[in-house]
Amino acid sequence: MDQIITAAVAVVAVPLVLLGYIVLGERVIEALPDRLQVAIRPYFWALPAIGFATIFMIYPLVRTVIISFRNSEDSDWIGFANYKYFFTFPDTLTSLRNSLLWLIFYTSISVILGLVIAILLDRVRYESLAKIAIFLPVPISAVAASIIWKFMFDYQAPGTPQTGTLNALIGTIGHEPVAWLINSTTNNAALIFVGIWTVTGFCMVIISASLKAISTEVLEAARMDGANEFQIVRLVVTPLLWPTITVVGTTMIINALKTFDIVYVMTNGAYDTDVIATQMFSQLQHSHYGRAAAVGVVLFIAIVPLLVVNIRRFQQQEEQR
Amino acid sequence: MSAEQVTTRRESAVGAGVSTLDRLGYRLQRLPLHLVIIIFCAIWLVPTVGMIINSFRGVSDMGNSGWWTTLFPPHGFTLESYQQVLAIEGVTPSILYSVLITIPATVIQLAIATMGAYAFAWMNFPGRNLFFIVIVGLMVVPIQMTLIPVLQFFQLIHLNGTIMAVWLAHSGYGLPFEVFLLRNYLGGLPREIFESAEVDGAGHSVRFLRIAVPMTIPAIASLTIFVFLGIWNDLLVALTFLGTSPYRPFTVVITGLVTSLGGGWQFLTAAAVLQMALPLAVFIFLQRYFVRGITSGSVKG
Repeated sequence: MDQIITAAVAVVAVPLVLLGYIVLGERVIEALPDRLQVAIRPYFWALPAIGFATIFMIYPLVRTVIISFRNSEDSDWIGFANYKYFFTFPDTLTSLRNSLLWLIFYTSISVILGLVIAILLDRVRYESLAKIAIFLPVPISAVAASIIWKFMFDYQAPGTPQTGTLNALIGTIGHEPVAWLINSTTNNAALIFVGIWTVTGFCMVIISASLKAISTEVLEAARMDGANEFQIVRLVVTPLLWPTITVVGTTMIINALKTFDIVYVMTNGAYDTDVIATQMFSQLQHSHYGRAAAVGVVLFIAIVPLLVVNIRRFQQQEEQR
Repeated sequence: MSAEQVTTRRESAVGAGVSTLDRLGYRLQRLPLHLVIIIFCAIWLVPTVGMIINSFRGVSDMGNSGWWTTLFPPHGFTLESYQQVLAIEGVTPSILYSVLITIPATVIQLAIATMGAYAFAWMNFPGRNLFFIVIVGLMVVPIQMTLIPVLQFFQLIHLNGTIMAVWLAHSGYGLPFEVFLLRNYLGGLPREIFESAEVDGAGHSVRFLRIAVPMTIPAIASLTIFVFLGIWNDLLVALTFLGTSPYRPFTVVITGLVTSLGGGWQFLTAAAVLQMALPLAVFIFLQRYFVRGITSGSVKG
């Protein structure tokens, strides 16, 4: 009951407080001399946002780097010991390998599938209906998607009726059931596929939006010149979509590196399916803050190149404004 | 998804004035295309539909036969698994906690983000570009990088394990993206409107509340849906700051059940359906805003 009241108060109070902050603050600022007004006002408006970003992102970023060089009690400097642990201990190395698998396969397959489906659907009349089917998993949480796919991958001992859709399917062609999530040759692929399944619709929608922006005249001209459909896609459409593909690709790389929910819910990192984000979380739960922080820093370093690319692209866009 | 464009492109491929035989040949030629599309749609649709069907079957049926057997009589539909899930201690309250986490967190961050975006779009100040570049950079920083210090910060101010902590954390994590998006939108509004309001003696508070905010409503609406679902579906933030608290949201409780039950988890299909009902309803009824939110966010980002 208390929680409901607090939440209700927050929903009403936060905008009211901000409103009061704006109106009263502006009144105070307007009473100041002009030059002081100009100097103070922007900071007054940007302060809540900058403050939140500082407390919850900038300061923690710096602090995490510091923690990664300290012991788990945060009482002493231990140099690179936490990193050494991460790069030598077999369990963490497995998580590193798996994250690499996610990075390569999740990223490439989801982008390629998004592109292929967008191009295929562009050629049929029931495009918008088919898009809904492909896009359906996007709003679904990773938790629900994991349960959906736990059912698809469900395994019963050979000879008993298979309740998992996949095992029933391969059973119809006489194949023995596979313990998809336990068998170490299939489980990472299975998890990565679930990730791809949840995100292909996202890639498709974005790529499709820029596909629609390509003028039909360009395609028509290529057809006039005798190009077949495959040549058109490879030589005309894909190059024109390239900027969009790279944007979607970078988003997918970040997703791949941050992957946590699907692995945590479906296997909890068991049977060698750990990725760096689940590895970090289990270190955190065991209060090995130093080690967890080191994993976080490794993750961050992997993302830094994308961060630079993002900023550079932003600066280019700014010049065009 | 404009229908008009699709038709023109399709027809341009056919060409005008072809004979019936040609048209038949063309149809046959396109058969593989339709087949591939149908297979893709099936892979993306069947798992969800299968689970929803399963959630309406008896719990023991689920363990003994596949969901497709229900398609033939006797169907044996029942609400058993829903009753079982909701009877588990903590499940019903957790749905409420999800609501109590999601709504305030969404309101808080969007209110702050809009205000900050206004400053970045319509005010000049030293360091503005630098601050904004930092915000662009923060958009891709994994939240894993921040969890430990934020956790320690909440412990320090005795907020750990409270719903308020999650509001604040979500707001902090969501802000960079929202400020970025809203600033681009606000910055695209016509300068003349703001200038003539200024000439008329309207201060910044009036310009913000009477001009900027109403004109930004479309962007805020798309963003609201996006942010709301992001928090509703979140697992990691809630798990970190509320993992052992009595106020665990629905996603965390479901996850706890999945990992603790091992076998006999089948009736959790009902929980998954309940959890995804809201996102699916939002997607179905507000599809246009939803898709717009996604495309505007990443094509420009």
